[in-house]
Amino acid sequence: MKMNRRDFVKAASAATAVGLIGAPHLALGAAKKVVVVGGGTGGATAAKYIKRLDPSIEVTVVEPNPIYYTCYFSNEVLSGERKLESLQVTYDGLKGHGIAMVQDSAVAIDAEKKIVKTEGGKELPFDRCVVAPGIELLYDKIEGYSEAASKTMPHAWKAGEQTKILRGQLESMADGGTVVITAPDNPYRCPPGPYERASQIAIYLKANKPKSKVIILDAKSKFSKQGLFLQAWEKFFPGMIEWRAGPDNAVVKVDAGGMMAETGFGDEIKAAVLNVIPPQRAGKIAQTSGLADEKGWCPVDMKTFESTKAKGVHVIGDACIAGAMPKSAYSANSQAKVCANAVVAMLNGGEIPVPAYVNTCYSIAGPDWGISVAGVYKLGEDGKIAEVPGSGGVTPMDAPDWAHKREVEYAHSWYKNIIGDSFM
Amino acid sequence: MVRTQRKLALIVGAAALGTTLAAGAADTPPPPVLISGASGQMLAETCAGCHGTDGLSLGPASPTLAGFNPEYFTESMKGFQDGKVYSTVMGRIAKGYTEEEIKLMAEYFKAKPYKAADQAFDTKLAAKGAKLHDKYCEKCHSEGGKILTAEAAAKAKEAEDEEDEDDEAGDEEYQILAGQWTPYLHYSMEDFQEGRREMPKKMKSKLKDLIKKEGDKGLQAIFAFYASEK
Repeated sequence: MKMNRRDFVKAASAATAVGLIGAPHLALGAAKKVVVVGGGTGGATAAKYIKRLDPSIEVTVVEPNPIYYTCYFSNEVLSGERKLESLQVTYDGLKGHGIAMVQDSAVAIDAEKKIVKTEGGKELPFDRCVVAPGIELLYDKIEGYSEAASKTMPHAWKAGEQTKILRGQLESMADGGTVVITAPDNPYRCPPGPYERASQIAIYLKANKPKSKVIILDAKSKFSKQGLFLQAWEKFFPGMIEWRAGPDNAVVKVDAGGMMAETGFGDEIKAAVLNVIPPQRAGKIAQTSGLADEKGWCPVDMKTFESTKAKGVHVIGDACIAGAMPKSAYSANSQAKVCANAVVAMLNGGEIPVPAYVNTCYSIAGPDWGISVAGVYKLGEDGKIAEVPGSGGVTPMDAPDWAHKREVEYAHSWYKNIIGDSFM
Repeated sequence: MVRTQRKLALIVGAAALGTTLAAGAADTPPPPVLISGASGQMLAETCAGCHGTDGLSLGPASPTLAGFNPEYFTESMKGFQDGKVYSTVMGRIAKGYTEEEIKLMAEYFKAKPYKAADQAFDTKLAAKGAKLHDKYCEKCHSEGGKILTAEAAAKAKEAEDEEDEDDEAGDEEYQILAGQWTPYLHYSMEDFQEGRREMPKKMKSKLKDLIKKEGDKGLQAIFAFYASEK
């Protein structure tokens, strides 16, 4: 419905007459608008749930890629367990719910004017904006690394082309070579990811290139599900995976020509395949639109995920600071639903509901060997998300073989259902 | 040599840090009070990442929760909490909820429409399973293990109360079996058989009969029958 200024004034007066001051949307019959920036797990879930909770809200998702590759389960592509195509998700599900997809990149979020600007020159007005930009890789934190260098030393921390490059390098590598994985310091996307990756690469090497090795050069001195990973490595790949703890082993320099990684301590490690997972911060749009703090992550009101830096703009998923919740797909999905409930309540003048959050994350640490971490979270009176005491935690160290096998089945169920709940 | 000095420095540093931490521990404020009061909808939406939107699991191993008998839901969650019902991850999750929160989730899922899982099954096996179900399971899991209507539930309970008054199975609540994901049924049955969760007396004797006469194949046939029901 197009409307000129005179129409607006007329309609607004009519609204005033029936006592609808301050709610011109209702009087005009114009729908409230939500623009979601980013069509990953968090963004897709937020869009779907906002639409479900209130179909009258116009929901638009701005996402440059027509097809999304899930980062989760991309390590299984490295072992050969899974084809890259199996990670593809389309946006047909969201479109089917009546959500508008704009295939474009957001370049600015103007919280004052309530407009998202895109690279293609579109200006999308919103009443509330949900930003789920994921992560930006900080190539320049490692000397010699860059986006261009990631073609030869892949990060594979965003799935798709990068995953393909890394898998290709593993396939063409000679037996007896060393695969080096560099793991960043906290916080970063998917805390157990680098270690599950080591497992999945070792599955491939053990079967195809058994004289090869995997070395993890870590910026950290401990890591997620550590005991369980070390146990699985000892059981399935004795002597094949070597974890070198930080901070001494943090990689500070890489060299594509010599395929060399240099640690902060000064050790130089020669690699046949060099997988550089650089430090990270909230996705670029969060930086350029002033949503991030000095450390690069986005502070939010954890009850609504509304940015503390920009009114009317919410930030969810890997990009936001969410108390005790890790940066995982499940966290993003869970936060998106809390955010969707808050956004709908705020747009309709309702009471913001009490939130509830969950994280569940599986890693496949060996053949038929799944391990998990789970957490149930509530909002604390101090405004921070905290784990409910006595709940959550990791797979017990003495879990029998059949239980680990079940966890693999549950991991696959997790994958199907999180895709379904987020995108379908 | 450089390395040694550096390590020493690290150790000293760690020791100093340890002291700071220990000193800090005494003044550590108590953990923040957590805000409860989330609705059944809000609580249940957190389950969807594994159990599907509205509790309709896309499988293969995590069960559909939509239409769950609320008593069964509650008993299961309590069983996960105290370990009387074996679980891999659910025990850790269930411990995060109060009785009231579990009740709210149970009510929410009960109100959601159930849909049979879209899964493959062996038709011949399913036909045999239908007969075995009638013989061994139907009395409690009536109507082929479908959702019990209030009337059917009352009838089933009556029949049990008559048959053996001291049988605790009379108080047992039933889960939907028809159209539930097969791996989930398989795991649950395995846990019953291995003593990882308690079986009602009647189920125990019926199962013993079934295994004796039909072997494990009999169970597979019954699973196929449930998978065949839409």
